[in-house]
Amino acid sequence: MSVRRLAKDQPASFAFTPESLEQARWWMAKFPPGRQQSAVIPLLWLVQKQEGWVPEPALHVVASLLSMPLIRVLENVTFYTMFQLQPVGSVAHVQVCGTTPCMLRGAGDLKHLLEARMGPKDHRTADGRFSWEEVECMGACANAPMVAIRDYYYEDLTPAVLNEILDRFAAGETPAPGSAIGRQCSAPDGEARTLTDPALYDGSRAAPLTHLPNMPEPAAAS
Amino acid sequence: MPGILEDKDRIFTNLYGRHDWRLEGAKARGVWNGTTEMLRQTPEWICDQIKASGLRGRGGAGFATGVKWTFMPKQEGERPHYLVVNADESEPGTCKDREILRNDPHRLIEGALLASYAIRAHDCIIYIRGEYLQEREHLEAAIAEANEAGLIGPGNVHGWDCNIRLTHGAGAYICGDEMALLESLEGKKGQPRLKPPFPAGSGVYGCPTTVNNVESIAVTPEILRRGAEWFAGFGRPKNSGVKLMSASGHVNRPCVVEEAMSIPMRDLIETHFGGVRGGWGNLKAIIPGGASVRMIPAEQCEEALMDFDDLAARRSGLGTAGLIVMDKSTDIVAAIARLSYFYKHESCGQCTPCREGTGWMWRIMERMVTGEAEPKEIDMLLDVASQVEGHTICGLGDAAAWPIQGLFMHFRPEIEARIANYRSRRANVPGATLIAAE
Repeated sequence: MSVRRLAKDQPASFAFTPESLEQARWWMAKFPPGRQQSAVIPLLWLVQKQEGWVPEPALHVVASLLSMPLIRVLENVTFYTMFQLQPVGSVAHVQVCGTTPCMLRGAGDLKHLLEARMGPKDHRTADGRFSWEEVECMGACANAPMVAIRDYYYEDLTPAVLNEILDRFAAGETPAPGSAIGRQCSAPDGEARTLTDPALYDGSRAAPLTHLPNMPEPAAAS
Repeated sequence: MPGILEDKDRIFTNLYGRHDWRLEGAKARGVWNGTTEMLRQTPEWICDQIKASGLRGRGGAGFATGVKWTFMPKQEGERPHYLVVNADESEPGTCKDREILRNDPHRLIEGALLASYAIRAHDCIIYIRGEYLQEREHLEAAIAEANEAGLIGPGNVHGWDCNIRLTHGAGAYICGDEMALLESLEGKKGQPRLKPPFPAGSGVYGCPTTVNNVESIAVTPEILRRGAEWFAGFGRPKNSGVKLMSASGHVNRPCVVEEAMSIPMRDLIETHFGGVRGGWGNLKAIIPGGASVRMIPAEQCEEALMDFDDLAARRSGLGTAGLIVMDKSTDIVAAIARLSYFYKHESCGQCTPCREGTGWMWRIMERMVTGEAEPKEIDMLLDVASQVEGHTICGLGDAAAWPIQGLFMHFRPEIEARIANYRSRRANVPGATLIAAE
């Protein structure tokens, strides 16, 4: 388990912006009547998108919106590790995957770079603009090593490339996410060996299909 | 021996996102073709076809998908039926569903409609992991397109009302377990429920529910379009079909690829992943199923086949077919210790053996890495592992124990040498056992 507690310093109040509130209502409408509690994760995520983290007063707002006990919201926010319980870097919060597949391909070097650049993990830099943390498998193992910045994945990294990406964030840019070596998603680097047959893409697969293999006789007759 | 799959037999033709993932592009690749005809058949016929195809669940456990569908009540009673699609892909080494979600979302949606019909559900919820933001955006847009085009939703052209909705998690590995996922869907923390009752009896909101992996659902329409025999024609009996496989770690060209089941592991690595870094002779071990199975050493990788039964016979498992390849430069103890940290971090804390045991195992593993552990701690560690394994509500306890057991099954002398070496350079190594228990 990971031990997660609310931050000591909390703002006095929280309110959804009209846009966030509209999205919150959209999420709540997704679930059957009486099951609004199902929207608790998406709502807490909206809080985090709005504030950059999840402050304690927001838990009360979410609890009353969803008519659920405060303790259940608190349980959620401390259980799920994507929720930041204290403020993170305002320009970029770097989540570096450290689990074995990324570790085998050099996540350790990325961590050293981040430590040299920003200091120890889970702390903001003195100016409050940057922070980093080590996270568990992000599910991009064929593109290891990777980091997520502002929720998007930067993949196939080396320390030099990551350093450059962070420089660009610091300069106010938003570098395009994806593979740093130009791979298309999780395609192999270099020449394509599969999915090269043009017949797959010439529209022949879309030729209307009226008969399925193994259809039972009566249905075929109708 | 099954050879290399040809392009014409690949299901996921937009695996790498080289083509349009939106509705028009998907239709041109044959998605949503003949769906009306499929839904004109009986649910029993669909289940029979899926059973005949030999499709086994692609989320790791390998339970027959068609059989799972027949567990649902035959008539919808007072409680509505639910299909829940498990898109909470979090297994280390596994990144296959991601490519379906962002590059071929319409295949998943078509499959979800079909599976919903087969289990007589009008409601389908897709639960995607929170970190997959781009994937969520694509899937949400694709669902909106399908609703707009009248392919799903109320009063759609296929004649089976089906409300498909997408929701997301927030970074808990445990929610990949179906019972934890259901808890999370209901807005609680993801601590797995006890079985029974099984989801088909009482799942989300206490209603009959079937939980399936993304890939299992996404391949079903193509099985019906091409026939169960086509799908069953790949791989060995009881292990049939095509499957997304991937490699991470020390291969030259890591990627995700669709291949026939039962392909020899070495073939797969040499053909698609550019071989092991430094040549096949440089291979040390492979964890074949995502992280949660026992590793197999290089000599066995030579003959191993990528299917459920062959790898189970090697006391490992196919899992999700996400290979973690480790060459001879790997500190294999550190690699497994990092996995132990992962399981410690992701344990939900519900069952004592797992909550405490994963921490114990990680701390002892860290001492194995440096060599400061006592020799007898190896057996203590394996004892702890065997006491965690099989004594928890969900599979996370097993998953935490197996990588460690695999390490010692195949590389115990290496760790013993490490411990001896550490000691040989020191006059005194202070009390280890106490630290391990703290």
